[in-house]
Amino acid sequence: MVLDYVGVKEINGSLIVLDGVKGAFNEEIVDIRLENGTTRQGRIVQMDGERIVVQVFESTKGISLVNTKTRLTGRPMEMPLSKEIIGRILNGSGKPIDGLGDIYPEKLGNINGTPMNPVSRVYPKNYINTGISTIDTLITLIRGQKLPIFSGSGMKHNELAVQIVRQAKIADDDGKGFCVVFAAMGVKNDVADYFKRSFEEFGVMNRVVMLLNLANDPIIERILTPKCALTVAEYLAFEHDMQVLVIMTDMTSYAEALREFSSSKGEIPGRKGFPGYLYSDLASLYERAGMVKGSRGSVTQIPILTMPNDDITHPVPDLTGYITEGQIVLSRSLQGQGVYPPIDVLPSLSRLMKDGIGEGYTRAEHQDLANQLFSSYAKVIDARSLASVIGAEELSPIDKKYLEFGDAFEKRFVNQSFTENRSIEQSLDLGWELLGILPRSELDRVDDAILDKFYKPASE
Amino acid sequence: MDNKDVIFGINGPVVTVKDSRSFSMMEMVYVGQQRLVGEVIRLSGDETTIQVYEETTGLKPGDAVVGTGEPMNVVLGPGIMDNIFDGIERPLAAIEEESGSVFISRGVSVPSLDEKRLWDVHVTVKKGDKLSAGDIYATLPETRIIEHRVLVPPTLSGEVVSVKPDGKYRLNDTVAVIRDHSGAEHNLTLCQRWPIKTPRPVNKKLPADIPLITGQRVIDTLLPISKGGTAAIPGGFGAGKTMTQHQLAKWCDADIIIYIGCGERGNEMSQVLQEFKELVDPKSGRPMTDRTVLIANTSNMPVAAREASIYTGITLAEYYRDMGYHCAIMADSTSRWAEALREISGRLEEMPAEEGFPAYLPSRLSDFYERAGRVETLGGKQGSVTVIGAVSPQGADFSEPVTQNTKRFTRCFWALDKSLAYARHYPAINWMTSYSEYFTDLDPWFEKEQGRDFIDFRNKITAILQEENSLMEIVKLIGADVLPDDQKLIIETARVIRVGFLQQNAFHKEDTFVPLEKQKLMMKTIIHLYEVSKGLIARNIPLSRIISLGLFDKLTKMKYDIPNNKPEMFKEYEKEIDEALNSTLTAEFN
Repeated sequence: MVLDYVGVKEINGSLIVLDGVKGAFNEEIVDIRLENGTTRQGRIVQMDGERIVVQVFESTKGISLVNTKTRLTGRPMEMPLSKEIIGRILNGSGKPIDGLGDIYPEKLGNINGTPMNPVSRVYPKNYINTGISTIDTLITLIRGQKLPIFSGSGMKHNELAVQIVRQAKIADDDGKGFCVVFAAMGVKNDVADYFKRSFEEFGVMNRVVMLLNLANDPIIERILTPKCALTVAEYLAFEHDMQVLVIMTDMTSYAEALREFSSSKGEIPGRKGFPGYLYSDLASLYERAGMVKGSRGSVTQIPILTMPNDDITHPVPDLTGYITEGQIVLSRSLQGQGVYPPIDVLPSLSRLMKDGIGEGYTRAEHQDLANQLFSSYAKVIDARSLASVIGAEELSPIDKKYLEFGDAFEKRFVNQSFTENRSIEQSLDLGWELLGILPRSELDRVDDAILDKFYKPASE
Repeated sequence: MDNKDVIFGINGPVVTVKDSRSFSMMEMVYVGQQRLVGEVIRLSGDETTIQVYEETTGLKPGDAVVGTGEPMNVVLGPGIMDNIFDGIERPLAAIEEESGSVFISRGVSVPSLDEKRLWDVHVTVKKGDKLSAGDIYATLPETRIIEHRVLVPPTLSGEVVSVKPDGKYRLNDTVAVIRDHSGAEHNLTLCQRWPIKTPRPVNKKLPADIPLITGQRVIDTLLPISKGGTAAIPGGFGAGKTMTQHQLAKWCDADIIIYIGCGERGNEMSQVLQEFKELVDPKSGRPMTDRTVLIANTSNMPVAAREASIYTGITLAEYYRDMGYHCAIMADSTSRWAEALREISGRLEEMPAEEGFPAYLPSRLSDFYERAGRVETLGGKQGSVTVIGAVSPQGADFSEPVTQNTKRFTRCFWALDKSLAYARHYPAINWMTSYSEYFTDLDPWFEKEQGRDFIDFRNKITAILQEENSLMEIVKLIGADVLPDDQKLIIETARVIRVGFLQQNAFHKEDTFVPLEKQKLMMKTIIHLYEVSKGLIARNIPLSRIISLGLFDKLTKMKYDIPNNKPEMFKEYEKEIDEALNSTLTAEFN
């Protein structure tokens, strides 16, 4: 027997309250039918006996206290999954919007996923060659890693993400192909369009699943978007052994949607009004990256987030940084100088890098070179701040060398063209070439044996 | 049963039951058809509030809630070592086997410890023996290096009425029976249960006068911690908290390591699992896992179990302490635990204090850290629990409540510094803002074991670093060139100390662990070079000439160039310094 509950008791933002509901369960999906014949979906988020609180995915616009019939579906939020999903364009809650019809499901996946057993994880070790010197040499991306791009409005994070997708090569490709899951959350139409066009241009559209929740789409749907995207990614990676790269943009919009939803539920706010469970919520997304035993596939995440006011201590980048395995930070001042990609290497980090590089992966001296570049570039910053006080002319000869090194590093190493695909060898050699600007005694992070082999002083 | 207790309301991990009288505070309960584990956290006349340790999707009002009559507890017995548990002592490897899935499904019921495995038990008591709480009645080899000593539970004492012979027994087999003073008989098996939020009793606490040797120079010399001490490692993301914790877990001289991954990354836990299997403990020659227990409650696992994981960890540590072992707990990270408190407190609609954290945050933190200590156990043995907690301050701002409150209850504060981490100076412990309160307790030990000069060298090193710090204020404004030579010498020596001594390479075979003796000789050599150079400068020999000899650069690399087992090489270094500087002096005056 299917019961329809007529009317609702209370409407507050995206939440509706029903009373006298029997037999519902937590997180169950309900169908809400309006008088005009349209249906909307919602999810039960709180229950007190027979009083239930439902979160409506589309907006509550047009819903009145009497004009609805609500029906329990008896299912949690699930998503139809099949290999055919590759190449499709879906909305934020996983429904096709490309006019090619419904997806015939091979199985249904609960979008909340279940946590991976830490024992069943495989520690990620294989690096992904992105062809971008800074990333490959200093912030190496590893298959199964979650490595966000911390950016700001107006910076070239989208270009960088596209370039990574286009150039990414996996060192030993033993899975069955490579695919991209692209989740847009609250992004402008132009941005979604830019990605779509770029994917088409490189002819990779048939390897991409796009989930689009644009800036004017409902925020509740935005909360579901990354969950749906990751459900697709996990399915393709762990059941079809594919190497899946998930790009999620913009995580800040996602967090703001969560804040909006939380405040309409009347929850106690934490820092900057974000709900106290923001960390756990973000973790439940980011932790869905990785590799597991018994499958050759992997889920690699590149979330993109814009830091409001370029503030890295804002709760969203801050909590993200605590969960993800490093970060790629973009710098407005580098972008201002025309450097592309404007990666600020000092605060950038890849935590999994140390085990995925070196002998057998890239080159034996890779870690030492990276340490030395970081350390030397940190001294460049000191020298520059001194120069800004006493003037560059007054600097000691060694500090002047550092200034020279810093400029060369930014102009030649960090800077590369959007279409330039550098091999790892090229990048490492370039690193050594630039270190040649500095006298050998300044290179204190590298063993003498390695210096003997690679260090060549730059000719004056 | 007629008056069955059923779920009334559900809000995230919090479940309420109406009009029940059958529960007690902190009681462990089973919720719903899948028997999810939960704990009673609030009782009022008409409503019982329960936090559930698993995902609540699919629960219904009307589902049964069954009490266990006991507080949230863990099983203590052989099989803990070399195992990996979640926050409420469920064995993750066994769950993987049982469920056949790489994901953690809900309501999986697996005993905490292997109940089928046979242990080689040696019963150490005989009929008629009087046993009191904490006495050993059986021993067995748990791993190759850890002897498990089975203890009389702290609540029990009496006379042995029967014992089994030595042999192979399972976890729940009775090996002895004792009769308490009221005449009741109790079966003693190989295990006991203990509530995780109650500290295990001890005879008395002992002074913290033995250091925990970590092999990390900046800690052992400048910021030492004692066995049974407490330390906080605060640092923003990427500052190296986890790396530091891993290094300590690998190399510190505790007998047993409990590593709690509390709300942290899944990949990090698999890294620990893999690395510790491959690493060999220098003392025993066995894999590190033989002395390690992992508690993994990653950030995406249920938040209530994250709150429990810290207590589970310290209870396991106390149990091994009671056997007479030195245990060290690495809690990574206590901030995630505090956030779990905040999250649950928010769901209970409690009045928040600072930054949304509940007002009882400081008391919970102090309860936890006070469970550390070096003690005399009930059985008269000496053991210790050292707690090293990582703190992840929001926005790397040390003034936030978790860091500030932790600072009050720990005696070592190893502050990680972003700018050091950016320059890849690891461990990125800032020597200026960090402190250790254990110097007065530990100095007698250092004096006895390493000699008075160890303390002298350390003080000199600290003084040079202090002086450099104040000089750098000037250098930042006007550059180093204008300083007189004696101050430049301070800066140059401090550079050697920072790069050659404080910075330590965790990936270098020799440098990852350095014995105290080498640490002392390194300090000695640096101080020697400093003092001889100072003498030369006093005789108007320019510093640039001294530096051009390359001695300072040589000392920055001695951590790599001198193997740990060749301390005699330091003599040669000193000789070389003396000769080179002497000849400079002679050349100058001829």
